[in-house]
Amino acid sequence: MAQIELDLAHAYKPNPRSDEDYALLPLKMSFADGGAYALLGPSGCGKTTLLNIVSGLVKPSQGRVRFDGVDVTARTPQQRNIAQVFQFPVIYDTMTVAENLAFPLRNRGVPADRIAKRVGQVADMLELSGQLHQRAAGLAADAKQKISLGRGLVREDVSAVLFDEPLTVIDPHLKWQLRRKLKQIHQELKLTLIYVTHDQVEALTFAEQVVVMTRGRAVQIGNASELFDRPQHTFVGHFIGSPGMNFLPAEANDEGLRVAGFRVAAAAPGLRGPLTLGVRPEYVTLAPAEADGAVRATVTKAQDIGTYWLVTAQIGDDAASVIRARLSSHGPVPKAGEAVWLRIVGPRTCFYGADQTLVEGVAA
Amino acid sequence: MKPVNQKAWLLILPVIVCVAFSAILPLMTVVNYSVQDIISPERRVFVGTEWFKSVMRDDDLQGALLRQIGFSFSVLLVEIPLGIALALSMPAKGWKASAVLVLVAISLLIPWNVVGTIWQIYGRTDIGLLGAALARLGFAYSYTGNATHAWLTVLLMDVWHWTPLVALLCYAGLRAIPDAYYQAASIDGASKLAVFRYIQLPKLRGVLMIAVLLRFMDSFMIYTEPFVLTGGGPGNATTFLSQYLTQKAVGQFDLGPAAAFSLIYFLIILLLCFILYNWMQRVGTADKEPGHG
Amino acid sequence: MELKLERIEQRVGAEACLYPLDLTLVPQAVTVLLGATQAGKTTLMRVMAGLDAPSKGKVLADGVDVTGRSVRERNVAMVYQQFINYPSMTVADNIGSPLRLRREKDVAARVRELAAKLHIEPFLDRLPAELSGGQQQRVALARALAKNAPLMLLDEPLVNLDYKLREELREELSQLFAHGGSTVVYATTEPTEALLLGGYTAVLDAGELLQYGPTAEVFHRPASIRVARAFSDPPMNLVAAEASASGVTLPGGVALALALPAGGSSPLTVGIRAGALRVQPRAGDLTLAGKVELAEISGSDTFLHVETPIGELVAQLTGVHQFTLGEPVTLHLDPRQAYVFDAAGALLRAPVRE
Repeated sequence: MAQIELDLAHAYKPNPRSDEDYALLPLKMSFADGGAYALLGPSGCGKTTLLNIVSGLVKPSQGRVRFDGVDVTARTPQQRNIAQVFQFPVIYDTMTVAENLAFPLRNRGVPADRIAKRVGQVADMLELSGQLHQRAAGLAADAKQKISLGRGLVREDVSAVLFDEPLTVIDPHLKWQLRRKLKQIHQELKLTLIYVTHDQVEALTFAEQVVVMTRGRAVQIGNASELFDRPQHTFVGHFIGSPGMNFLPAEANDEGLRVAGFRVAAAAPGLRGPLTLGVRPEYVTLAPAEADGAVRATVTKAQDIGTYWLVTAQIGDDAASVIRARLSSHGPVPKAGEAVWLRIVGPRTCFYGADQTLVEGVAA
Repeated sequence: MKPVNQKAWLLILPVIVCVAFSAILPLMTVVNYSVQDIISPERRVFVGTEWFKSVMRDDDLQGALLRQIGFSFSVLLVEIPLGIALALSMPAKGWKASAVLVLVAISLLIPWNVVGTIWQIYGRTDIGLLGAALARLGFAYSYTGNATHAWLTVLLMDVWHWTPLVALLCYAGLRAIPDAYYQAASIDGASKLAVFRYIQLPKLRGVLMIAVLLRFMDSFMIYTEPFVLTGGGPGNATTFLSQYLTQKAVGQFDLGPAAAFSLIYFLIILLLCFILYNWMQRVGTADKEPGHG
Repeated sequence: MELKLERIEQRVGAEACLYPLDLTLVPQAVTVLLGATQAGKTTLMRVMAGLDAPSKGKVLADGVDVTGRSVRERNVAMVYQQFINYPSMTVADNIGSPLRLRREKDVAARVRELAAKLHIEPFLDRLPAELSGGQQQRVALARALAKNAPLMLLDEPLVNLDYKLREELREELSQLFAHGGSTVVYATTEPTEALLLGGYTAVLDAGELLQYGPTAEVFHRPASIRVARAFSDPPMNLVAAEASASGVTLPGGVALALALPAGGSSPLTVGIRAGALRVQPRAGDLTLAGKVELAEISGSDTFLHVETPIGELVAQLTGVHQFTLGEPVTLHLDPRQAYVFDAAGALLRAPVRE
């Protein structure tokens, strides 16, 4: 287990001139020993590059990687004692499950009885004990991923376990079990775990701290409630949450806050000028007519999503001012074509300036 | 089960006619000759299985068969590992890869009788590079006089000619292995030997199967190169099956026995390939993976 | 087009890929084929398209038997998960190819219209290899729409895309399908996707068609335990139970006050959706005191794994809640929200929706 510090940037070309030449813009990050982290972002944002720099498969074009204070930038993954689990299961076809798990230990010259004990422990943890003597090649995809993971865990001195979108090939209902398994392993072994994914549910359920990335930049680092309730950047608001945050153009002056042409509420001190109002569908609620902080909208679509209803509505006459609300199935649900009042200004509403970042210190 | 398209039959009718004319009818003729004694073009006597029996008892034939089997296995023993080793050392990307591929493939492009001629001159102790070098070093090298030297020269010639085929097949197979396997092995601390044994060799299984089958069939039928190089000599030291067959049929005009023998030859190859293929398939199916729906 | 599959069966060698099934697609609506991988969705789609002829049974398009006809003679458009486009043709040529095959006039204008609908107008002169995954799939979709076929088949088209991109494209697809006039068949493994697309859902499991109906219906009234398992995300809590005089008895002696319809005899299975379990009590609730095993936060919801007297349950709570491991917690359930399945797995009782 190790504490990992990063102070680096990675460019495609030797002499980067603009932001586009960078795969990873200059960043400074540290992963605490024993913490579970996720790197979350759309494809092409640089998260896999960052993971490969941490593991040693890629050398950054500038900067340093430190493990427990020691500069390891020049070291290979083997030397850094990293374990990595890839997108598709990587197993040795000719070996049994037990031999697969024992492989890293055999290569390090660990005595046979200790190998057997360790393999037994890890197999127990991953619920593979019944299949130890089966040929690894004949198993299903989720069992193979568990073997890949097991090979990383079997080494007692592993400094960190890195995951590169490991649940991509797994069926949805098996994903549940594997996610739980990963969380339990983290709690038991207290290893440093770094998980790359483009799926926000995976990232938020797995990690204590999530690094949200886009286009080579780490936009926000925080835990699930911070990212959900106070996104620092409109991208975070959009990317996290299903569906993402509603963004509406707003204008605040001494007379009050106007959204999509309606005066909605009194403008809080500190809020002036053109802004973007961000409110999550989970916090948009039905309100009585003319209520403070609410707008009038016409429902265009109401979908039953089983555990909740997703209501899409249009504010005023502007077809571009669309707002979505997640309403509980237990309460009243409007139908398409109905006119409703929706509260959009509340304690969890965020305001963003022209540079897409959060306007701080505002309580609505 | 795909829906049937009747028009396809009309399109391949010309091909069927050509194949019938050039392959099936001659084959039938061979079967015909194998059960007859052709004393002269007009006089033919039906002799049943007599030719088959006499061919099986023929000492010369058994000798040729043994030499052939020895040759084919020696060829496989040398060419397969050498081809794999060559493929492993070829660069994977860039202009160097293209350059090396071209260089490696050159010997495959040479007409086979020219290959024989090249080695004929190459092995001469007076003007050939190999022969002269060996003579200078003190070896009494003579592929025309010494049976062992002739064998080794024919073997060397075949290796020089055909190893690139094995190498190219293995090279293609190696390129199909995703990078993640190498990364995982490096992370697991595997040595280069372990990587070869546990990742590369298993993944090359399909390709090696093709390589072994091709090289076996071709070497079992080899004719042009040894014929040009040694003429089958010295004596009959390098007379392999196909040359023996041709000598019998064309040289001595013993069409009956030759026809009988060529049928046996055909069946031997078929049987050995069948066994080899099934064995390799069975070793492969033990690792069959469930697919994605 | 009204597509009807009669007693369709598909065998490969000795194995059955599809067991005998009857399916009549609702014309001009979206039908979702929902099932795990290898459930038979792709096999069924290939039979619908005409790429494979079924071992037994008939395929009827608008009443006409098309079972033996090759796919080229049927008017079908298909989109795959692997972003399939003609690699050597530009985006504009790709989209226009079905139009040119039909020798239509004004191909360029139609191509521009479709490209605008799918937001790929700036890329018309590029090759597919130069585009990102999402853009390539949009080109494939545009080509399928250009064909304007009465039957459009999509085999997990969004599965190779980012989560967010998937959401965006799914929205757009819903709108495109609503305005088009084709019968659409969409295969997916994710229950949430089925719910978001709406329309009708056919649930497949191990080659069998389990249920077909309006999506919300199938979700709220699964005909059997297998359907409930296939169509739940998070998975439904299933508990073995016994029928008793007062209703249903759960393990641990916990009684569930429910009236069972006739035919309800032991052993039974009780299904509880994760969203039906609450931490806030309401009158008439069944209370289950338990211990927290694991808390998973997924942004808008918290999934709580609790060890209770009736077994281990997963509860879905709205909002972010912090729980510590081993903390005692009480879950509340309105007994009327429980599903009851009989010994054979068929649905006996489903919650009534207001």
